[in-house]
Amino acid sequence: MAEIRNYTLNFGPQHPAAHGVLRLVLEMDGEVIERADPHVGLLHRGTEKLAESKPYNQSIGYMDRLDYVSMMCSEHGYVRAIEKLLGIEAPERAQYIRTMFDEITRILNHLMWLGTHALDVGAMTMFLYCFREREDLMDCYEAVSGARMHATYYRPGGVYRDLPEQMPRYEESQFGSTAEAKRRNAAREGSLLDFIEDFIDRFPGLVDEYETLLTDNRIWKQRTVGIGVVTPERAMQLGFTGPMLRGSGVAWDLRKKQPYAAYDQVDFDIPIGTNGDCYDRYLVRVEEFRQSARIIKQCVQWLRANPGPVMIGDHKIAPPRRADMKDDMEALIHHFKLFTEGYCPPPGEVYAAVEAPKGEFGCYIVSDGANKPYRLKIRAPGFPHLAAMDEMARGHMLADVVAIIGTMDIVFGEIDR
Amino acid sequence: MDAVIELWTALPVVIQIMIKIVTIMLPLMILVAYYTYAERKIIGYMQVRMGPNRVGFFGMRLWGLGQPIADAVKLMFKEIVVPSGANKLLFLIAPMLSIGPALAAWAVFPFNAGLVLADVNAGLLYILAMTSLGVYGVIIAGWASNSKYAFLGAMRSAAQIVSYEIAMGFALVGVLVAAGSLNLGDIVAAQQGSVFHWFWLPLMPLFLIYFISGVAETNRAPFDVAEGESEIVAGFHVEYSGMTFAVFFLAEYANMILISALSALMFLGGWLSPLPEAWVDGVFLLDHGFHWLLIKTFFFMFLFLWFRATFPRYRYDQIMRLGWKVFIPITIVWIVVVAVMKVTAMPWWFN
Repeated sequence: MAEIRNYTLNFGPQHPAAHGVLRLVLEMDGEVIERADPHVGLLHRGTEKLAESKPYNQSIGYMDRLDYVSMMCSEHGYVRAIEKLLGIEAPERAQYIRTMFDEITRILNHLMWLGTHALDVGAMTMFLYCFREREDLMDCYEAVSGARMHATYYRPGGVYRDLPEQMPRYEESQFGSTAEAKRRNAAREGSLLDFIEDFIDRFPGLVDEYETLLTDNRIWKQRTVGIGVVTPERAMQLGFTGPMLRGSGVAWDLRKKQPYAAYDQVDFDIPIGTNGDCYDRYLVRVEEFRQSARIIKQCVQWLRANPGPVMIGDHKIAPPRRADMKDDMEALIHHFKLFTEGYCPPPGEVYAAVEAPKGEFGCYIVSDGANKPYRLKIRAPGFPHLAAMDEMARGHMLADVVAIIGTMDIVFGEIDR
Repeated sequence: MDAVIELWTALPVVIQIMIKIVTIMLPLMILVAYYTYAERKIIGYMQVRMGPNRVGFFGMRLWGLGQPIADAVKLMFKEIVVPSGANKLLFLIAPMLSIGPALAAWAVFPFNAGLVLADVNAGLLYILAMTSLGVYGVIIAGWASNSKYAFLGAMRSAAQIVSYEIAMGFALVGVLVAAGSLNLGDIVAAQQGSVFHWFWLPLMPLFLIYFISGVAETNRAPFDVAEGESEIVAGFHVEYSGMTFAVFFLAEYANMILISALSALMFLGGWLSPLPEAWVDGVFLLDHGFHWLLIKTFFFMFLFLWFRATFPRYRYDQIMRLGWKVFIPITIVWIVVVAVMKVTAMPWWFN
C-alpha cells in the first residue's frame, strides 16, 4: 500500500485572505488542516526599539501605525501609560473626547473587521457597505486631527486640541457636481459634534442593514457556526481578550472592570457569546457597534453641555498656546524645551491598558528618569489570538482557516510591531 | 430577395454551416463581453459604487462601454506564462477544452421556432454531454499547473461538478418526461399556452434545482469554491495569464449564458409569449418571438449577478451535502410526481 503523506501548503504572505503579511504553513490532509503554523515578523518595524531613542511624545505617532485600523485606541494605551508615569490626569472634557473617539475607533475597526471577514467568507458586498460608513468616521478623524488615519491626537495630559466648530466640506469637482457636493455636505453644516450625532442616529439602521445580509443568512451561519470554537477556560488560558474572549462567554471588558477615561460615567452593556465560535464572535462585535453608538451618543451630549480645557495647564508636559509664545519668554522656553528635550518622568515602571477594539492593548514602560523610555513593551491583543491559530484551525477545512483568520481580526501592524 | 436565397443555396453546405456558426458565435461573444461589463456595473450599483465608467470610444466616456474591449485587448497582449513545472501541452490544451464544449453546446440551441443550427432529436442529451465535458478543462488546468492551489481548485471543481451533474441530469429527466421529447424545439412547443402552461409551475422544484445546479456547474458564487478567491486565490486558473486566462473567462461566461438560456427554454417557455395564445396572435412584440427568449435569458443572467453580490461562499463539503442530500432526493421524488401527473394526464398541463 502506498504511503499516504500530508502535504504542506504555504498560505501567504501574498494571499488575498492573509490580512496583510500573515504566513501560515498549513499541513493538510486533503482539505482538512492537520496543523497550522503561523509565521510572524514580516511587518516588524521595531516600534518598541524606536521608542527608546526619542522623547516620549514623539512615539505617539508610532502607536497609530501599530494597529492601523484602531489608531486612537493604541494612542490611548500609550498616552495613559505616560500619564500614569508622570502622575497626571487629563481634564474631564479630554476624558470624554477620548471616550468618544475610542468608540468611534471601535466602530471604525469593527467595520473593517466585518467587511473583510465577510469578504473572506465570500460576501463581497459587505466590504463596500462597511467602507461607506468608515468614510464618515475617517472624516471625524480628519476634522479633529487633520489626518484621516494616523491622527496623533491624544497627548499626555489631554488631547491635542478641542473639537472643531465646523466640518471640512466637499467642493464641486470633476468627479462630483454641485448637487452631489451639496448632498454630501448636508450633514457637515454644523460642528463636528453635529456630524457625529447625525452619524450615530443613522448608524443603528445601517447595522440592521448589515445584519439583514448576514445574521440570518443560512450560508453565513453554515460557514461560521461551530467554526473555531474556543471554550471560556481555554480562551483565558490562551490570553484572549476583547471580543475573542467575550465571544466565548467571559464577561471581561477593561472599560467595565478597570474603567478609564469617562467609561465609568457612561451607560453601556457588554455583549457576550455562548458557544465561542465564529458566529458568536460576529454577534458580539455587531452588538458592540450598537453599544459604541450608545456611548458616543452620551459623550456627544456631555461634550455639548460642558465646555472646558482639553489639555492640562502644565507647560512642562503640554505645549503652551501659540499666541502666548509671541510675547511670553517663559512660554517660548517651555515650547522649545518640550519639543526638543521633552519631559523627564520619574524613574519607575508602569503598565497601562485600554480596551482596544481587538482586545487589551497595553503599554509597559520602564523609565530611568531620562526623557525617553528605557524600555517600552507593547501588549498587542492580536498576538495571543494569532498564537491560537493552530488550536482553532486544527481539524477544520481550508475554507474555515480563512473564516478563522477573519474572526480573529488580526492586523499585522500590531502583531509584528 | 430571391437572388439572395439563390446565392445561399448555391453555396456549399460547409460554407453555409460556417456562416451559420459565425452568426451564432459573433453575437454570443459580444454578449459575453458585455455580460462582464454588465456584471461590473450591476454589482457596482448594488455595492453603492459606480463600476467602470472611464473607457469609452473616440474620446467619449459613454458610461465605460469600451471597458470590455479594452480588457480583451489588454489580455491579448499579455504574456502567456507557463510555469516551469507545468506540463506544457496539457497546460495549453486545458483552456481549449474548457471553451470548446461551452460553445459547441449552442449548436442544438433553438433561438426561435425552427431557427436552429442542428435540429438534433437528442438535443437535451447533447447539451448535457457538452456541459459535462467542460469540467475536463478545469481538472486538467488544475493538474497541469503544478501548483497546490490550482490542484485544490481542480479537486473541488471535479467533485462539485460531478455531483451537481447528477442533480442537473435528473432535473432534465423531469423536463423530458413532461415534454415527451429530447428535442429542445419540441420541449418549447410542449409549453404552448400562456405563462401558466410553462413548465416552471408543474416542475417548480426541478426548475429551482436546475438553476441552482447551473450556478454550481458554472462555478459561480455562492458555489465558486473552485475559484475561491479568498481561499485558494483563483483556484484552477491561478497560474494562467493573458489569453489563456481570457479563454477560461470566456468559457465561464458563455456557460452562464447557456445555463440562463436553457432555463428560459425548458422552464419559461423559450420564445413563447407569456400571454394566452389568442390575445397575442400577430400582435407586434407581444407575439412569440426571439425577443421573449432574450428577455427571459437576461432575467436569469441577472440572477447570476445578484447571487454573486448577495451570498457568502459555501464551503466545499457543504456544497456536496447540498447536492447529494437535498437536491438529488428532491429531484428523484419529483420525477415520480411528474410521471404520475403525466400518466394521469393531469389537466391544464398534460392533457
